[in-house]
Amino acid sequence: MIELKHVSKRFLENVVLDDVSLEVRRGETLALLGPSGVGKSVLLKHIIGLIRPDSGEVIVDGLNVAQLGRKELSQLRTRIGYVFQNGALFDSMDVFENIRLGITDETSYRDLKFSYHRVQECLKLVNLQPEVAKKMPAELSGGMRKRVGIARAIAGKPTYLLYDEPTSGLDPVNSDVIDGLIERLQQELGVTSVVVSHDVRGSFKVADRIALLWQAKIRAAGTAEEIVASNDPAVQQFLERDLEMTMLQGGKS
Amino acid sequence: MRLSSFERAIDVRRYAGRWSLHAAGHAGRFFFLVVDMFRGLPEWRTYLPRTAEQANLIGYGSLFIVILISGFAGGVTALQTGYQFTGAYPLYIAGGLIAETVILELGPVMTGLILAGRIGARYAAELGTMRVTEQIDALESLGRSPMTHLLLPRCLAGILVIPALVMISNATGFLVGWFAAKQSLGITNAEFTYGARYFFRSFDLWYSGIKAVCFAIAVTVIPCYIGFNTKQGAEGVGRATTQAVVAASVTILLLDVVLAQVLLGK
Repeated sequence: MIELKHVSKRFLENVVLDDVSLEVRRGETLALLGPSGVGKSVLLKHIIGLIRPDSGEVIVDGLNVAQLGRKELSQLRTRIGYVFQNGALFDSMDVFENIRLGITDETSYRDLKFSYHRVQECLKLVNLQPEVAKKMPAELSGGMRKRVGIARAIAGKPTYLLYDEPTSGLDPVNSDVIDGLIERLQQELGVTSVVVSHDVRGSFKVADRIALLWQAKIRAAGTAEEIVASNDPAVQQFLERDLEMTMLQGGKS
Repeated sequence: MRLSSFERAIDVRRYAGRWSLHAAGHAGRFFFLVVDMFRGLPEWRTYLPRTAEQANLIGYGSLFIVILISGFAGGVTALQTGYQFTGAYPLYIAGGLIAETVILELGPVMTGLILAGRIGARYAAELGTMRVTEQIDALESLGRSPMTHLLLPRCLAGILVIPALVMISNATGFLVGWFAAKQSLGITNAEFTYGARYFFRSFDLWYSGIKAVCFAIAVTVIPCYIGFNTKQGAEGVGRATTQAVVAASVTILLLDVVLAQVLLGK
């Protein structure tokens, strides 16, 4: 289980998170919605210990992430898969080496035969052909890069998957493919997932629960039905804006 | 008392305070980076294969430019020695002068400065790009240490390869200087080798090697630190690359003075 307790974070004068408390239950998919630049990715990076909170606690599997030493933090990270917004693939390595680096168990990582099979397995899970393994990241399309990023994140068989804007910059068709993939991975691997997004439609599709980060605070959290039924003007404004965008995209196509 | 905007702009105390904080921040981060690198040393199975890869890249890649520039430096030293030799001194002195100038100063310093541009810029740009494209964060998120995967291999490769390049530079400068001295001064082989041997002490090579190792540390660790702490996208990478080359070059010149005083001073 992931718990954020009264987490606050500021960068110079800019308050990004202000007394944020949130809980992600085992096996569920939580979508964290909010406008661009509100601090969703910052919150996600707190969970994996890439950023430390100014105050408050981030608890993962009962461990306070900010207080972990180097080794304990590395061990915790082997249980968490992180999908970066732009893939963050290592551009000097081919796809095979990129995904292989995701195998967090050192003995398995050094076993080339095991690594080869695991990479092929992960490529299959994200609907990519085995030949993609030989390509360099620069040769991949945006959608493929995201899928390779997901493959790398699941290569170590994590308990948690954190997605940072998995559909940003993709066309609606590719966005649907990624949304479908997130749903399928959750069902097949049984992982606990946090999906950071500003895509309301996709989030409603993949998430069991939704939280809205608005002006450095969690403004609302609940099931899709509870969020839609919310009377909070900020929630309604956010939902309506995305609905208009969806209608505009639908009208043009 | 409120200061006007002009007064604030020229308020030296503000600049001094800001600069001091900035410098202290850098010193602290640099110290912890070096400590983290030392902590990563036991994980040799991770960094050794990558060190070999990096050593190959920077060693072969730099060989041509090092030979070219040290050859020219040795040649020009001989030609200028010829210009200044008007017959007042015996010719064999030119042999000693050229050999000592190349081994003690030109070989290590020229190689250091070339590599500050070549390797320093490469390291800062590579690590800076990896930082701004979240590749370093990605590595950490996989539970892997950027020290053992990225920084240690680069620094160790430089520390292994640069002294070797300096020795090649010394040999090239010496040989080209010898050839050029024969042409410009009409010095015989016997005179040149006599002069070179007369003034040579085995410590000179040690001194050249010690300088090479110190310069290698400057050329690798400083650009790695600057690249690793890059911020603000493509502009940040450009800034980091320039800063890395300047900082490594200035450090080489400072080390040159300090080492001369410490190791040769009486």
